[in-house]
Amino acid sequence: MRQKRFKLHWLDYVIAAVVIAFAAVIWFRISGALNYKWQWDRIPNYILRWDADDGRWYANLLLQGLINTIRIALYSSVLALVLGTVLGIARTANNLAIRMLARTYLEVLRNIPPVVVVFIFFFFLSEQLISALNMESWARGIARQDDIAVWEFFFGDMRRFPSLISGVIVLALFESAFVGEIVRAGIQSVGRGQREAARSIGMTWVDEMRFIVLPQALRRVLPPMSNQFISLVKDSSIISLISVQELTYKTVELVASTRMIFEAWITTACLYFILCFGLSLLFRRLETSAPKH
Amino acid sequence: MSDSKPIIELRHVDKSFGPFQALTDINFSVRPGERVVVCGPSGSGKSTMIRCINQLETHDAGSITVDGIELGDDTSDIRAVRQEVGMVFQQFNLFPHLTVLENLTIGPIRVRKMGKAAAEALARNYLERVHIPEQADKYPSQLSGGQQQRVAIARSLCMEPRIMLFDEPTSALDPEMIGEVLEVMVELANTGMTMVCVTHEMGFARRVADTMVFMEGGRIVEVAPPEEFFTNPKSNRARMFLDQILEH
Repeated sequence: MRQKRFKLHWLDYVIAAVVIAFAAVIWFRISGALNYKWQWDRIPNYILRWDADDGRWYANLLLQGLINTIRIALYSSVLALVLGTVLGIARTANNLAIRMLARTYLEVLRNIPPVVVVFIFFFFLSEQLISALNMESWARGIARQDDIAVWEFFFGDMRRFPSLISGVIVLALFESAFVGEIVRAGIQSVGRGQREAARSIGMTWVDEMRFIVLPQALRRVLPPMSNQFISLVKDSSIISLISVQELTYKTVELVASTRMIFEAWITTACLYFILCFGLSLLFRRLETSAPKH
Repeated sequence: MSDSKPIIELRHVDKSFGPFQALTDINFSVRPGERVVVCGPSGSGKSTMIRCINQLETHDAGSITVDGIELGDDTSDIRAVRQEVGMVFQQFNLFPHLTVLENLTIGPIRVRKMGKAAAEALARNYLERVHIPEQADKYPSQLSGGQQQRVAIARSLCMEPRIMLFDEPTSALDPEMIGEVLEVMVELANTGMTMVCVTHEMGFARRVADTMVFMEGGRIVEVAPPEEFFTNPKSNRARMFLDQILEH
């Protein structure tokens, strides 16, 4: 296997040549025909900025955005996992009404483009939830406190907190539909005998789920679940539309002020790629090292 | 013997799966300490009947009373009965994500609300009883079929049930492992446990059974003490069945 893998066939050279030629044409079109002026040297400054007055490094637009993307992905995946687990359980419930309700939620969300979902939920959320909880002034209050550093570590700029939270909720609602289907498949993969054994020792339904079914189901769906998490990271770019200050939004800002369309977007693409590909390598490693029981 | 009150009583029990009538007018009772072996051709409703006793299957008509509790829609009643009725399955149904010890303690801890240390002591005691104390920290997949079934028996016993149900406990085992499981079951029978076993192991039935129940087509065809059942079965069908399985 190993020897075969690195042996190059004539076809490999042809394909490589075609790819390089294609890239060269694109490059030529951009720099020649569009008369595009590349300014790659300015990009690093928008990731990390050296402040000479303070004598320290600051995260600039792109890195701020990336960090916010990571925050949003983390929080909404936790929320999506919780919601999705509830949905998955509801999908396998004995009660018809519960099952139909869960099914409806899943089908609606899965058959509407995410952007549309984001807009619908966002306007409801921002109008109702955020104002009902008086979150704006609460967040501003936090922003004036002494322990602001701790809050900012977790949530970024506290004045932007309501928008971050709406983004997290909207994204989680959307992803929970997919997580729910994965959880359902996991639950259904746990054999009937397991549930009967749990019941035959007198376990309640809740204990049966908690100690017998879900631990086995979630372990089994780890691979599709990690794919879903990576999808969530990518989908998080959608919430830039509702002005959540994540990587895509920051890139839009950067492009608007500097006109470095290609440099900024290519950099952002690379950042997403590193994040998602890194995650996928990490999950693959976790899966192979996880116990098989 | 007939004066002691039955611990399990089924009266006029019917059960169907869709159009298929699995049980028809089952009348059957078990006294405390009695050891009943249920046999009959496959599809005769043996498993369905004992699964009705702990309500893994619900009955459509008739009444089932276990340990003074009549089983109906009340889930807490059903749970109370299940705590008193252990069940051993054909496919073992051990929890693969838990170690042997955890398989045994999860019932006592979660259902009986026992402390962890007490539950582990109890579990080790029962592992000793089924002759595999050294396997406590392994996972079920690391054990042989016979060992797994013995763990499953110990798991049921950890709930300290008053009744044990066995649903073809040796049918999924390799022949060389049947003996070790039957040995544990015989030992259990000798402690005076009330047992209802669905099995094709007629040697075991001869050794431990107080009563033989023969089923066919969802009905109880014959109930007799083993010596009578094996030497002189009343019904033709039981005779044919015995001829078929005792031949080998």
